[in-house]
Amino acid sequence: MATIEVDGKTLEVEAGEMLIKATDKAGIYIPRFCYHDKLSVAANCRMCLVEVEKAPKPLPACATPIMDGMKVFTKSKLAREAQKGTMEFLLINHPLDCPVCDQGGECPLQDQALGYGKDESRFLERKRVVASHDIGPLVATEMTRCIHCTRCVRYGEEVAGIMEMGAPGRGEYTQIGTFLNQSVDSEVSGNMIDLCPVGALTSKPYRFAARSWELQSHASISPHDCVGTNINVQTLRDQVERVLPIENTEVNDCWIADRDRYSYEAVNSDQRLTVPMIRDGNPENDGGWREVNWESALKYAAAGLLTVIESSSGNHVGGLASASSTLEEFHLFQKLLQAMGSSNIDHRLQQLDFRDDSTASRFPISQLPIADFSNLDAGLLIGSNIRKEQPLLSLRLREATLKNQAQINVIGVMDYEMNFDLAQNIVSNPASLVNEIALLAVEVSKLKENDVPEQIALLASPNEQYNDTQHLAAISNIANQLCSKEQTMVTLGAIAQQHKDASVIRFIAQWICDITDARMVILPPANSVAGWVANCTPGEAGKNTVDMLAAKLKAYVLLGCEPELDHIDGQSAMNAMLAADFVLQISAFKSSNVMKYADVILPMAAFTEAAGTYVNCEGRVQKSSVAAPPKEESRPAWKILRVLGNFMEFSGFDQITLDDVTSEVSFENLSSPKGKTQENSDTTIHYHHTRGLQRISDTPMYRAEATLRNAKALQKTADNPPPAAGLNAKMMEKYGFSDSDLTLVVTTNGEGNTVLPIRLDNRVPNDCVYISAGHLETAPLGADTSVSLEKA
Amino acid sequence: MTDNTFNTVRKTFNVCLPDPSIEQSWTLKAYQENGGYQALERVLREQTPHTDIINTLKTSNLRGRGGAGFPPGIKWSFMPRAAEGQKYVVCNSDEGEPGTCKDRDILRLNPHALIEGMAIGGYVMGASKGYNYIRGEFWEPYERMEAAMKEAYEAGLLGENLFDSGFDFDLYTHLGAGAYICGEETALLESLEGKKGQPRFKPPFPAAFGLYGKPTTINNTESFASVPAILRADGNWMDGEWFKALGVENAGGVKVFSVSGHVERPGNYEIKMGTPFSELLEMAGGVWKGRKLKAVIPGGSSVPVMPADAVMQANMDYDSLRDHGSAVGAGSVIIMDETTDMVKVLERLSYFYHEESCGQCTPCREGTGWLYRILHRINTGKGVSKDLDTLLDVANRIEGRTICALGDAAAWPVQSFLKHYRHEFEAKIVDASGNTSDQSKNKMTADAA
Ligand SMILES: Cc1cc2nc3c(=O)[nH]c(=O)nc-3n(C[C@H](O)[C@H](O)[C@H](O)COP(=O)(O)O)c2cc1C
Ligand code: SF4
Ligand code: SF4
Ligand code: FES
Repeated sequence: MATIEVDGKTLEVEAGEMLIKATDKAGIYIPRFCYHDKLSVAANCRMCLVEVEKAPKPLPACATPIMDGMKVFTKSKLAREAQKGTMEFLLINHPLDCPVCDQGGECPLQDQALGYGKDESRFLERKRVVASHDIGPLVATEMTRCIHCTRCVRYGEEVAGIMEMGAPGRGEYTQIGTFLNQSVDSEVSGNMIDLCPVGALTSKPYRFAARSWELQSHASISPHDCVGTNINVQTLRDQVERVLPIENTEVNDCWIADRDRYSYEAVNSDQRLTVPMIRDGNPENDGGWREVNWESALKYAAAGLLTVIESSSGNHVGGLASASSTLEEFHLFQKLLQAMGSSNIDHRLQQLDFRDDSTASRFPISQLPIADFSNLDAGLLIGSNIRKEQPLLSLRLREATLKNQAQINVIGVMDYEMNFDLAQNIVSNPASLVNEIALLAVEVSKLKENDVPEQIALLASPNEQYNDTQHLAAISNIANQLCSKEQTMVTLGAIAQQHKDASVIRFIAQWICDITDARMVILPPANSVAGWVANCTPGEAGKNTVDMLAAKLKAYVLLGCEPELDHIDGQSAMNAMLAADFVLQISAFKSSNVMKYADVILPMAAFTEAAGTYVNCEGRVQKSSVAAPPKEESRPAWKILRVLGNFMEFSGFDQITLDDVTSEVSFENLSSPKGKTQENSDTTIHYHHTRGLQRISDTPMYRAEATLRNAKALQKTADNPPPAAGLNAKMMEKYGFSDSDLTLVVTTNGEGNTVLPIRLDNRVPNDCVYISAGHLETAPLGADTSVSLEKA
Repeated sequence: MTDNTFNTVRKTFNVCLPDPSIEQSWTLKAYQENGGYQALERVLREQTPHTDIINTLKTSNLRGRGGAGFPPGIKWSFMPRAAEGQKYVVCNSDEGEPGTCKDRDILRLNPHALIEGMAIGGYVMGASKGYNYIRGEFWEPYERMEAAMKEAYEAGLLGENLFDSGFDFDLYTHLGAGAYICGEETALLESLEGKKGQPRFKPPFPAAFGLYGKPTTINNTESFASVPAILRADGNWMDGEWFKALGVENAGGVKVFSVSGHVERPGNYEIKMGTPFSELLEMAGGVWKGRKLKAVIPGGSSVPVMPADAVMQANMDYDSLRDHGSAVGAGSVIIMDETTDMVKVLERLSYFYHEESCGQCTPCREGTGWLYRILHRINTGKGVSKDLDTLLDVANRIEGRTICALGDAAAWPVQSFLKHYRHEFEAKIVDASGNTSDQSKNKMTADAA
């Protein structure tokens, strides 16, 4: 500690810390532009100059370390004179047209110019004009306004880990921008907008839609991933105009992912479903569909479901909920299905292997608090494209690699581009993913002198890959790290969880964690943990997603999901829906596809229009608020479910407020202890590769749910490429394809085929083809992983 | 043969620049014949304690030749010698200061002195690797340096286990790309690392966080090249007093001054510190064409200009030049005769700083362009009467407020030119009524009277 004096006030502060941190804490304001708490110190804007006793020149508060006994004057003549000098320099080449600038009203330059600027300019020369380039659909540029603070550059370099903005050129001719006019493609690029202190970088979708002082703020939670990002949803006259971060150091820090920022566009889009609709088969109506009032729609839905229940039984009804539903929606949804006599309830549309459901040890909750991702010393990501799956956790892993030199390793199926350095990166094909992990378990057991269960040892049976000493060395290096480092984790990503042998992977991963004391991290999609808490999972005798679809039930209730796109096996989903007697969909968005099979579609409020509870991957319970009223006739889904319960004359559906619903949920599950390895787990391998190419599939980040699919700007980004069949260069050559050739993809079982363009993709391992899910064009391939390619 | 023979032809010393009579002075053979590499060999064979060498340098009163005049003996002692891991010595041969061409001649004529000096530096500071950052336009010097290094490697004077001492020293040259700012030591490090050359904020200083974040010492070419001769001390091994005695108090030894401009014999003159300016001018053949001396910039474009009477009183050393209102800087003496248009000179200097500012700090990025544009207007007859006050004020607002000294370097000439030659600027500012601003001022005072 050190004692310093600032403007005559004595402060007890941290020695060595930068002065500006101490004055900020003490509430003493020092103007600044380049300084930002989360970025390195650049000390280039020179706005924070202050007088320090005995220093001959004014010093930058952002770069002056505190020394005991220091005497600082932030408002003395020297300090003021220096600050005003900088302000004049900043303004000589800055356009003075705040009324036509999108930043106006929330611009630090504008604000500080009031305090430190002059009312008249003595700059008689011509002002600088800088050309702006299009850097993509999310961020608008107006580079004449740039004050060269380099916050955006440092953000890319340091936080996002992708250096997209740079400062080429020298002196006055320095131009902040992308290199070679490339676009800004990172999944967390929007944070630059918040960082930019002027109107140089602004939000393209929001630009000129409103003035900051007209907007109302609503604290909320982003529904798109398992982080539970805190967001500020801002509205103008009941319309959402933009989304900003709310700082929460334990969760999202001060960042949000682009999908958190821009998904609101879907809420305002004309793809919104706004009126209840039923299909009564009258050929005079469009496709038999007509718009009705709520009463008719609910009656029709209740009658349709009751008919199925009465003619067969509740067991013939299945319920699928989107993973981004709220806790209350999950709860009432499963309650309604239970009331119908069905325990066919699930929200896990991204899972194929449910063998370990009954062992209950793997409630998908991370044993590692989010904040501790930044403090890791080592970790293993299994089947995870974490950067696109959980962008903010990826930033924390990057922080750990920079701060702790954390050794992060990957065992996966694609050579995904990470935004941090990897210690080991093992790219195997999906068929041998389990073997790789079993091999790791064997290595761990050697180091820990702890016998590996025979089941696992068998899975590690050597094949030709394991004669590769380099490969073995990489595996044993990972084992070594997990055994020797202090803070470690093993994370199962989306690809591991979608795997046909996901339960085996979980079993082995859990064993490794038990032996090494690594934290087991399962990163489920969206609000899935709340789905578990609310028991929106199959009951004792109930069917999981896959069984529900395979069984071709008589009726399905869909909450916020479009199974043909949301389920990995789009084809089975579509088939099951088409075969059903009755399908009720509750959704916020129109879908011509759903209209092919549904009988009733009820419009629900979007995530900004309904309050609810979210539980993130570490078990943190957070509530979102209503930012705007539900659009037109749409209603919060929990209310729809409750009234439907009333229409079906079930008891237990008379909650009046959302809190009434929340209070019915027991959070007991959340405190469930760390899972234990189950002896006698079923470790049969289902993923057998037969012949031809193996299909690798993941769901591109902006295709994962209806809200994202309807968010215009996000759909235009590089993270949303059109569907294609990706091959590496060697495979392209082997098959004689060139980029953009059309290919007919046929599954080995002969059930599915589709035509796709070929795309060169060197992330794909040999003998594999990458074809993403989440597209109607790829849905016909189902979940079959054996495919062949023919020239089309 | 001793190395400090007073060269009667050019009346200069030969510490850094070899006697012009030595044929092919840049070869290893010539260098060794003149005492070269004796110091390195002896230091390594005897394992001279590094503190002894540092003390010799301190005693010698050698001051850094890159511009700031910081004593290398002290700088070398800042290196955490015992710290684990890689450490570096880096030589600054970027020589971009307008008026300077001494490092170029050291590289061309005496590259082995630099190699030997850097190797000794590496030994003293525990650095096994050195880099020499050479100005991009210096192709011939670069080739000489490369050839000399090749010779040194072949002769076992660079590389592993030198003189069986267990000390390894590898040297690399790096050719810059012509940016003046890369002569600033931290910008130089950034550039060496392959990044955009722009100064780092200090602290941390390079001794703590230098090249690739490792402890690093950066010295000017001439600073390094002076070291072997200082240790040899004309036969009195490691006697710092020898070098010290050549100079004056606060500035030991001899130094190369690059004399350019309106003189009969421009060139590099290695002379004793404290030599009167008038003697140096005489050595350079005096002002050309028999004209009168008007002004001198004694240390490169970044130091204040001195009017003739001031400079004729001054001696070429740190204290004397400071007392007469300027500085030694990099030792680049720019001579201007009576016909010189000072407005044009300042316009050109300001253009240089405007072009060379790296652009990271606001006052320098915005201010240097502003200065130049005002000066350009004045010089092209478009000045207004407020301009001179604005100029001075802008310069004052840049000075002392920037990350590196380029900001100061841009401000000082403006301040000093206006101080000494304001009337020339006023004469070029023609107001609406066709009067120059000093005419109208006179008119106003006349009216008032
Ligand atoms: C803008 C600027 C340019 C510089 N250019 C050079 C240069 O070309 N050569 C040089 O030796 N030092 C140059 N310097 C000084 C270096 O930063 C550094 O002080 C010097 O290399 C240290 O060497 P010395 O201690 O041996 O003098 C420059 C400094 C500034 C601020
Ligand atoms: S674009 Fe904005 S954030 Fe980036 S350097 Fe310019 S002013 Fe700073
Ligand atoms: S003073 Fe000028 S050259 Fe030096 S760092 Fe600042 S902008 Fe760059
Ligand atoms: S905030 Fe300190 S220099 Fe920019």
